[in-house]
Amino acid sequence: MAIITYREALNRALDEEMARDPSVFLMGEEVAEYDGAYKVSKGLLAKYGPKRVIDTPITELGFTGIGVGAAQVGLRPVIEWMTHNFALLALDQVVNNAAKMRYMSGGRFKMPIVFRGPNGPAEYLAAQHSQSFASYWAHIPGLKVVAPAFPADAYGLLKSAIRDDDPVVVLEAEMLYGVSGEVPDAETLIPIGKANILRPGTDVSLISFSKPVRYCLEAALELEKEGISAEVIDMRSLRPLDMETLYHSVEKTNRAVVVDEAWPVASVGSHIAYRISHDRFDLLDAPVELVSSHDVPMPYNHQLELEVQPGVKKIINAVKRVLYLE
Amino acid sequence: MELSKEQKKKMLFDMMFIRRFEEEAGKMYGLRKIGGFCHLYNGQEAVAVGTVAAMDLSKDYILTGYRDHGFALACGMDPKSVMAELFGKITGASRGKGGSMHLFDEKRHFLGGNGIVGAQIPIATGVAFAQKYNETGGATAVFFGDGAIHQGAFHESLNMAKIWNLPVIYACENNQFGMGTSFRRVSSVEEFSIMGASYGIQGRKVDGMDVLEVYSAFAEALESARKGLPVLLDIRTYRYKGHSMSDPQKYRSKEEVESYRKHDPILIYQDRLIADKIIKESDVEALENQIETLVAEAVAFAESSPEPALPTLFEDVYSDSYPLETLRQGGASWL
Repeated sequence: MAIITYREALNRALDEEMARDPSVFLMGEEVAEYDGAYKVSKGLLAKYGPKRVIDTPITELGFTGIGVGAAQVGLRPVIEWMTHNFALLALDQVVNNAAKMRYMSGGRFKMPIVFRGPNGPAEYLAAQHSQSFASYWAHIPGLKVVAPAFPADAYGLLKSAIRDDDPVVVLEAEMLYGVSGEVPDAETLIPIGKANILRPGTDVSLISFSKPVRYCLEAALELEKEGISAEVIDMRSLRPLDMETLYHSVEKTNRAVVVDEAWPVASVGSHIAYRISHDRFDLLDAPVELVSSHDVPMPYNHQLELEVQPGVKKIINAVKRVLYLE
Repeated sequence: MELSKEQKKKMLFDMMFIRRFEEEAGKMYGLRKIGGFCHLYNGQEAVAVGTVAAMDLSKDYILTGYRDHGFALACGMDPKSVMAELFGKITGASRGKGGSMHLFDEKRHFLGGNGIVGAQIPIATGVAFAQKYNETGGATAVFFGDGAIHQGAFHESLNMAKIWNLPVIYACENNQFGMGTSFRRVSSVEEFSIMGASYGIQGRKVDGMDVLEVYSAFAEALESARKGLPVLLDIRTYRYKGHSMSDPQKYRSKEEVESYRKHDPILIYQDRLIADKIIKESDVEALENQIETLVAEAVAFAESSPEPALPTLFEDVYSDSYPLETLRQGGASWL
């Protein structure tokens, strides 16, 4: 087991998949000569050359559409958005073409394309550069969506995404690029659509994905000191959602807290909370709690931006609410 | 490349066939056999037919927007599968899931059909990117209207095609109206062909009512595209019908439409072939009869084909089968 950063794990996945399959190429702003705005593509230009690692002009709609066209005739593009914030300019190509091409054509075309880049609240970046778009993508039938929280998952899910014949959106956590973790030395693929139980527990299910998963783990340690046993589940994939793992967990704990750093309205977190509430209603001993970001654009001020997002304390409070300890 | 007599005859057949097919589609729409948006190609036949005659669809590709019946048929799609798709039947080219705007035939290198104005332009640029990447020697032609040319997608695409030397032809089918808006009201320039200049791309105006001029313009454009020099064509044409079936056409006079009909691309071409002694006047009637039969067969096929079974709506969403729990969640009526 090597200990590498989240960024290095993504880089290793890209490198291995490009070595394995000549139809894989990487395209985006600053991915080649600059080695990536966040250095995820570091060294790939030197290794694979400008044919396969391609700097684009700042034209998110245009180069995303170019990826769709290349995938429609059999290549396997990896389209890097410098951040998901800028991906809104490309929404039409992802939603109306990549996601629907197979369906609209009655199954004539595969769409083996990956869209990836940093997502989620960061620090001191204010409203346009610090937000989670998980629900934008997860809403769309035809897309698959993954949101890794650890280097091993980032590595294994990106590899699976590149090999998948459907369009996959990868939500990389901007704040986690520099965080290290164990990644298997041997090539390992993480299947899309499988949640991961990070920590077994009996009193409450803590369900999250991406960066806040780590807050859930911290909260579980704190709660343990108070004699509360929290089961922490990392969804890893947002579409398809592994509801079975959640149901099994809730059958054991009878209580659930969902943590999602996006806004609370029509979010992946609110959807998960609804599904548990509806499908396991009889088993629940308390209403499912949702810990989300506040329903406001992200402010620049650090105190304010921390208050907006889910954190350990908010998660612990929510757990206490479902346990009727507050 | 000189066209043979047989090729010239086939081009007439194709143009007449598309015209008759569209008339029938309009009729079927009136009978409510076809619903939704249905954009007919009447008047623009010379563009699709002249283009396809110039291209080598074993390696070249064609993409267009929502007014796609003409290109689908010109590329050689089975008219039965096209009519059945308009009827929404399971035997349709897209299994009844696409309809008028989403016709495709991957084997004939016709990649659609797109319902979002201009969205096909970057996609086509990506197809050309793949052709260069795989060194196939092929080129891609993408068609869009005078409304689409102002989309950012167009301008972004031309820039990238030029910096990467992609084998692509951008062809504006300028039928002079973006829905109900005359292109002159919304364009900073009268001649679209000059728009290529901003991106170092050669532009050319083409008479889209003359199938042989379309053919030769494309033959030339292809030569350039295959060398990695993208081309922009401003093809002047005219649609006889409304933007879609629901268009009352208050933005233009009947006299204007009639004046264009006097320059009908099919009649002009027929006269020319007769003058060149490639066909006789009596041949036209024979072609008409042949076409009548084919169109009637297409309609009969569409009429008699079954509706898609309800569970097929969960097919073709993903490469793997759709998660069953989703069916339960939606409360599928047949479960």
